[in-house]
Amino acid sequence: MARPIQEINAGSMADIAFLLLIFFLVTTTMDVDSGITRKLPPIQEKQKNDEKIKERNVYVVSINYHNQVAVEGELMPVNKICDGVKEFIKNPNNNPNLSEKKEKDIPLLGKMMVSKGVVSLQNDNGTSYSKYIEVQNELVRAFNELRDEFAMKQWGKKYKDLSKEQQDAVKKIYPMTISEAEPRNVGGK
Amino acid sequence: MARFKRKGKGGMPAISTASLPDIVFMLLFFFMVSTTMREVDLKIRVRLPEATEIKKLEKKSLVSYIYVGAPIKAYQAKLGTEPRLQLNDEISAVSDVVNYISAEREKMDEADIPYMTTSIKADMDVKMGIITDIKQELRKAQALKINYSTRKKM
Repeated sequence: MARPIQEINAGSMADIAFLLLIFFLVTTTMDVDSGITRKLPPIQEKQKNDEKIKERNVYVVSINYHNQVAVEGELMPVNKICDGVKEFIKNPNNNPNLSEKKEKDIPLLGKMMVSKGVVSLQNDNGTSYSKYIEVQNELVRAFNELRDEFAMKQWGKKYKDLSKEQQDAVKKIYPMTISEAEPRNVGGK
Repeated sequence: MARFKRKGKGGMPAISTASLPDIVFMLLFFFMVSTTMREVDLKIRVRLPEATEIKKLEKKSLVSYIYVGAPIKAYQAKLGTEPRLQLNDEISAVSDVVNYISAEREKMDEADIPYMTTSIKADMDVKMGIITDIKQELRKAQALKINYSTRKKM
């Protein structure tokens, strides 16, 4: 007659599992990293590129140490910047004060008029970071909206629903030309 | 009546806890899969600003972090209240950024180096002065892809 095998007491299994659970709760984080991606300009000995850009093709957005935003030297509320940038890049009436356009070969679409405009964001050392991010966000929003509008007109879809090739083509038409200006120290702390 | 009383001796029957370990293990696995290890102990306070047009950072191994903010209470006696930057676990000077970036680069696969991103996690109250200094250091270190870390605005 075989003796029944004695069972291992599993009563403390729950305690062990709880211990592990609490350990993982404490040592891990859940946050997903997200943010506004930017590319810094490489350091150059001579600023050749900057000289080539004409005055009319640069849309200067500056923030001073009172966190006031000015576009081309005139104060502007933050919520107007997005429309300002779109107007500047699109330049529907070929206004000589807004950005120039150049014909470019775009895969998938053929010859298209592409704006040569560049948005330059300047800030002061005393500008607060949150304001800076707010303005950066508005600038990115302007470009995203331009791309969405174009995608809607061309294919009837939103930009993010397009295929990879179509997205690349739209990116070529509306490149995200936001430049981080060289730092200037104008008053403030 | 007497029989009934005898049966109910010892109060309510105990709830079976046999499946409790299974439930807890399930929770454990959920947390193990959905979270990542905390890498640094922050000595400074970082409340990220909010933005709407954000992109997710995809590969965590390609990202190095720079934290900027005012020291938390426990360290204020030692470090003061002015915004400082933290690289890994240490409070550092702006000039350390170049070394930090090259150390991070050493750790990476050669193929991944062009995709290296530096994420700036700065408190919303810091001034742009320190951020601009960091950006200049990053340019010197040739780490040109940066990310201003933000929260999603609801």
